[in-house]
Amino acid sequence: MDNQIGKANLEVFAETLLQEAKLNKNIVAVTSDSRGSGKLVPFGEQLPYQLIEVGIAEQNLVGVCAGLSAVGKKVFGVSPASFLTARSLEQIKNDIAYSNQPVVLVGISAGISYGQLGATHHSIHDFAVLRAINNISIVSPADNFETAEVIKKSLDYDKPLFIRYGKKPTLNLHKEGQKFEIGKAIIVNQGDEIVLIATGETVQRAYLASQILKKEGLNATVISMHTIKPFDKETFLEAVSNAKVLISIEEHSIYGGLGEICASIISQEKININFKILGIPDEYMINGSQSEVLDHYDMAPHKISNLAKALISK
Amino acid sequence: MDITQLKKKSLEYRKTLIEIIYNSNAGHTAGSLSCIDIINVLYNDILDITPDNFNSYDRNRYIQSKGHSVEALYTVLCDKGFFKKKDLDTLNNFDSHFIGHPTRKVNGIEHNSGALGHGLSVAVGMALAYKMEAKPFKVFALLGDGELSEGSIWEACTTASKYQLDNLVVIIDRNNLQISGDTELINPIEPLDKKFEAFGFSVKKINGHDVASLKENLNAKPMSENKPSVFIANTIKGKGISFMENIVSWHHRVPTKNEYKLAIEELNLEIDKNNG
Repeated sequence: MDNQIGKANLEVFAETLLQEAKLNKNIVAVTSDSRGSGKLVPFGEQLPYQLIEVGIAEQNLVGVCAGLSAVGKKVFGVSPASFLTARSLEQIKNDIAYSNQPVVLVGISAGISYGQLGATHHSIHDFAVLRAINNISIVSPADNFETAEVIKKSLDYDKPLFIRYGKKPTLNLHKEGQKFEIGKAIIVNQGDEIVLIATGETVQRAYLASQILKKEGLNATVISMHTIKPFDKETFLEAVSNAKVLISIEEHSIYGGLGEICASIISQEKININFKILGIPDEYMINGSQSEVLDHYDMAPHKISNLAKALISK
Repeated sequence: MDITQLKKKSLEYRKTLIEIIYNSNAGHTAGSLSCIDIINVLYNDILDITPDNFNSYDRNRYIQSKGHSVEALYTVLCDKGFFKKKDLDTLNNFDSHFIGHPTRKVNGIEHNSGALGHGLSVAVGMALAYKMEAKPFKVFALLGDGELSEGSIWEACTTASKYQLDNLVVIIDRNNLQISGDTELINPIEPLDKKFEAFGFSVKKINGHDVASLKENLNAKPMSENKPSVFIANTIKGKGISFMENIVSWHHRVPTKNEYKLAIEELNLEIDKNNG
């Protein structure tokens, strides 16, 4: 396994989109003064006629995306996840999801990527609000591989799609030859009694926790649940059916995200397992960098591994 | 279509839309009556959108941002052959696609609308796509006057102006009323002409019930090259039925049996006069 630190997923997204857009003139990127933060400056320079800039107007951005798509363009609406999924939620609901326009909405600097810029810029609500909207898929890629793959797969995806990225370099997690499909989880490590399920940039934390556990003789399964909706229940059930411990880890509110999907499944399927949800609790949240905040809320790898050990001995 | 025929259509459409609202016991009566002449002229004389070309990307587009006046749109689409009258008669029934706001499940509907203030951005996106491809198609967007309080409308205006979308034609159904009353008492939007001018549009005020004027103006070339156009169509909410005109409560009132009878009688008289 090549566990080198890669690039920021955001950069890989922008490079992949540029590459694809050079080959396909039908691809259009729409930005809300976000080409810098979305790493799309080279895209704008090299393909100026395939980039629409609407200014700081996220509601308009989503509506314009819907209109471009209705006339046959493959559209990528790129805007900070925080504003895209809150300010323009009604446009996402009506003009994209309900109108069934296969637009790709790219939420950049998602989760708490903006760190010290504070809660106005955090998107820890996006899974929850978009899960409750019919007819939109949600993908949160873990590393550079998943990022590039989801962009390639999104080109032929005929449904509304939301993808969220962070802006920090991520650990490369996947073996060569790994396949990627939207809606199909990836087992990063096959273990036995402990299952660590994560999405997006917290997968690397789950992986690092599994490395700590390995040194102590515990082999944990690590799942990259990159697609939050539609949820890969099959892979999930297979992993948890014979396990004793399940920990979900997400850069999102503990409400309405990955953890609560797991909770819903294990309770309805009557799976008896020691289960904990790690995420951002409902409180006036602490300020700090992304990694400081995630560490603070018990998502440091050593804290995850300690929790797993505590749960296994229960 | 000639003016006499267009006038005849307008009267027939008024009868149909009142009939479907009465039979389904729901609908936005007065707003449909204020914009029916505009939709009539667009579909019978300007758009050239037919059931045959509807699935093609290469055609003109019509976005109805004031989605609640869908009964007017259904009536015209039915007449243009997008679906049968017996299907339209399922309006508001359980499991019918014909609901109180436009949905793409109904043949001929371009975009799902209903939440106000959305349509113009979508129309801008469509007009942009045609500009990018250097295709000669136009995009028409019908907006209510009440929804002009939505900030997203004005966001869309800035993009229309920036990209010099002279293939975009916005029509404001300026009937001066919204659900709670007079638009200028609820949240003043005047001076509309100056606002749109300041946002980079060519602006013209027209009579939204005069089919001859609508035909001439909406068919015209862009008022200015490289600028989007807006027609402020002065209309009367409830137009054509004496006891509905300019009465706030008809925003979404359904006629009683007696009112329905009276309305149809009034329209029949007009039809006779028109044939006369």
